[in-house]
Amino acid sequence: MPLLEIKNVSKDFDGNVVLKNISFVLDEGKVLGLCGENGAGKSTLMNILFGMDVIHETGGFQGEVILDGESVSFKTPVEALNAGIGMVHQEFSLIPGFTAAENILLNREITKNNIVSSVLRSEKLKTVDMPAVFESAQQSIDALGIKLPAESVVSELPVGYKQFIEIAREINKDNVKLLILDEPTAVLTESEAETLLHSIRSIAARGISIIFISHRLREVIEACDQVIVMRDGLIVADYPTDEIGEHPIGKIASWMTGRTVGESVADEARDLTKEKKIILSVKNLWVDMPGESVENATFDVYEGEIFGIAGLAGQGKLGIPNGIMGIYPSTGEVIFNGEPHELNNPRKAQQNGFAFVSEDRRGVGLLLDEPISWNICFNAMQIQGLGIKKYLGIPFRHEPTMNEVADKYIDELQIRCTGPQQKVSNLSGGNQQKICLAKAFCMEPKILLVSEPTRGIDVGAKELVLDALRRYNKERGTTIVIVSSELEELRSIADRIAVVTEGMVFDILPPSTKSAYFGLLMSGEKIEGEVI
Amino acid sequence: MNRVVKAIDRFGRAKFIIAAFLFILLMIAPIYGVSRVSTINDVVLRFAMNGVLVLSMVPMIQSGCGLNFGIPLGLISGLLAEAIIMEYNWTGAAGFIAAMALGALIGAILGIFYGYLLNRIKGDEMVIATYVGYAIIYFMNMMWLGLPFKNPASVQGYAGEGLRVTISLDKYWSHVFDRWPSFQGEGLVLNIPEVVNGQQTVQNLRIPVGTILLFLLFCLLIWLFFRSKTGTAMTAVGSNADYARAAGININRMRQLSVVMSTSLAAVGMVIYGQSYGFAQYYTAPQFFMFPTVAAILLGGAVLTKATISNVLWGAFLFQAVLTMTPSIINSAIELDISEVIRMVVTNGLIVIALTRKVRKNG
Ligand SMILES: Nc1ncnc2c1ncn2[C@@H]1O[C@H](COP(=O)(O)OP(=O)(O)OP(=O)(O)O)[C@@H](O)[C@H]1O
Ligand SMILES: [Mg+2]
Repeated sequence: MPLLEIKNVSKDFDGNVVLKNISFVLDEGKVLGLCGENGAGKSTLMNILFGMDVIHETGGFQGEVILDGESVSFKTPVEALNAGIGMVHQEFSLIPGFTAAENILLNREITKNNIVSSVLRSEKLKTVDMPAVFESAQQSIDALGIKLPAESVVSELPVGYKQFIEIAREINKDNVKLLILDEPTAVLTESEAETLLHSIRSIAARGISIIFISHRLREVIEACDQVIVMRDGLIVADYPTDEIGEHPIGKIASWMTGRTVGESVADEARDLTKEKKIILSVKNLWVDMPGESVENATFDVYEGEIFGIAGLAGQGKLGIPNGIMGIYPSTGEVIFNGEPHELNNPRKAQQNGFAFVSEDRRGVGLLLDEPISWNICFNAMQIQGLGIKKYLGIPFRHEPTMNEVADKYIDELQIRCTGPQQKVSNLSGGNQQKICLAKAFCMEPKILLVSEPTRGIDVGAKELVLDALRRYNKERGTTIVIVSSELEELRSIADRIAVVTEGMVFDILPPSTKSAYFGLLMSGEKIEGEVI
Repeated sequence: MNRVVKAIDRFGRAKFIIAAFLFILLMIAPIYGVSRVSTINDVVLRFAMNGVLVLSMVPMIQSGCGLNFGIPLGLISGLLAEAIIMEYNWTGAAGFIAAMALGALIGAILGIFYGYLLNRIKGDEMVIATYVGYAIIYFMNMMWLGLPFKNPASVQGYAGEGLRVTISLDKYWSHVFDRWPSFQGEGLVLNIPEVVNGQQTVQNLRIPVGTILLFLLFCLLIWLFFRSKTGTAMTAVGSNADYARAAGININRMRQLSVVMSTSLAAVGMVIYGQSYGFAQYYTAPQFFMFPTVAAILLGGAVLTKATISNVLWGAFLFQAVLTMTPSIINSAIELDISEVIRMVVTNGLIVIALTRKVRKNG
């Protein structure tokens, strides 16, 4: 008997049909890979399974979900949890000020009786047994194969670890039968993702079924027993992994997009360090960004160059652009275009020609409650007066211009939406990411700092985004600093790649360097005199 | 069926239920001998009177400072302005306009300090605002007694000093705008025949044209402000402060500006209220505006971080309709004074619902 059976599930948001007659089965202890373009409906399907509020608030769904032979329809996530479903969402849901252990056992603390609770026979008044909490949490963390003390405070941890804690929280529940992971590897570097895939296999070996959503198709092939591909709300392929045949990644990609996806055409890396001048010179940069602090970073970027920054989670690669843009407090000496650059002043930075795409798209990247047109134009409007029309000398918003600009980027970046007036919170994760990019492009910056630009973006769109970055770089001469967890992505686009460890720039290498050597550098080792 | 539910949802459920309830009340009014025309007359008057006070909530909500329970700060600015203008014996429309302008100025100055305070306690704005609201009322209780006002029309007769609890504005500017465009006489009054208690009567429906126009003018100004570049930045600060900061917006300055606007508007609103009511009420009177004004904008469909002009118009209208119609109609119907109970339930219920929603969103 299969553990989970989905029968003819359909869902629309206000008439916009996003799932059409979805049916599939999943057996016990198996890993199911779910692939599909941004906006294909993956997260929506998982939200239905997990009884999320968004589903009921928007009119419920049609069809049937059968778990363990019983037809179920969860009204709340709590019901889903009680029935043995665990879910790690696309966006984090940890409590920052708590320790890893407290987060893992939140609301399910291990308790022991004290006098009051024994007398009153009250569950609520029992004392929390802290040592037992830590021990239980540590077991779950260890089971994932990472080294992390359960006492660590979440806000001070790098994003990669947060992901593991979320998974530890789910497998710590002893009744869990089905675990849903919505893009758990999007924020991880390759080596971290590798560890995660191992954990997934070992969790499955304990008889827990897993639904794994990822845009990294290689991971899907590696970790999953069964692959389902969705396109425009339909299932277009459902195969056991070993029956897909030759070139599985290419096949899945073409099912996803409905066309053949070419391999990324990496341009020849250029060496601009001889012919061009230095446009951005960073000396002794310190940035106080929790979990990603920068301690004494020094590097130069040349005009017209694409400069990559790589590094493991928590080493400080994300702190560099955040510090330069004034998002987190920083000190140091930064020279831009021959002039001293004022730190801790986001407005000045943008006036001088900087633009930034943040890795934290829900935190600082988006106005979730506002329309797409606002999100794309806001910075350019406030800084440069884009979409502004003056009446009696007073600057007013000119909605038609804003819509026009938004439409242009919706087209260019193929953002899937109902129009420039749609609220950004109603877009799929990948499409939200594209809005963040559009916001930066729209400023027509001299230098563009992008942090994890392709996070959560599907294969087709990834090429689109990387191509857009290359095109801006070529046509407008925009200098680009790109920070990414994905080394392969950096190698395909960057002219030089800096490796950051312990808050410092450890080395700067050409992208043709062997990945093994990059790996070595990232873990903080350097072999002197190594010829690359 | 589904389409009807969706249409209601778009309009707002609370709003719909209250509107339906009021409509039913209005329909059954004649059964209990209550005149429909005079009921509507009261609702229209109170809508015009209270409109700007409700509008004053908008800037602070939009900038993320939350519901302005500190509205008494603006109210006392308006009251102070009225006393000062009366001291100089300015009367009529000129006196009224001068009182609004002075009130706005005093409100702006107090708003600067109030805004500074709210910027230091981000996250707890509404709690602190409530303290500030009560504190200023009790502080001003002393000031009303102590300030050296001399005008016999406004000081307490037997002592010759200290403002009266209620000052009649009859000789100053009561109803000047209500009766616009004539500024004198009766203004626009419609005589409508109606059968009440089985008798054919003629009921007066007085339309306070000038006051309504004034309210709409302020609505227009605020609407325009939120379409300006600065207004857009203020909205972004309320939507996501981190986003606005990353875009180079000075968050504290935007919040402070919103507090200044809200406080000034509340002062103007108080002066307009006095004009229509015919009296300026001092001492504890401002505290009776705190919760009803907040509740009104919530009833209009505003949430903690978003308020529109349409929320203001609906809120001012529906809330005042509840206040005026429930006493006259329900009390005549069941011969028991439960209007106060209904008022409390509606006012506090709306506020509690809004605050718990916030918790759910955060949690
Ligand atoms: N609350 C909502 N209201 C309206 N439309 C929504 C809502 N949530 C999602 N949608 C729409 O449903 C579609 C499917 O979104 P979903 O989040 O399921 O995509 P996804 O496959 O998870 O994409 P991604 O890979 O980008 O995360 C999208 O077109 C999105 O705009
Ligand atoms: Mg998704």
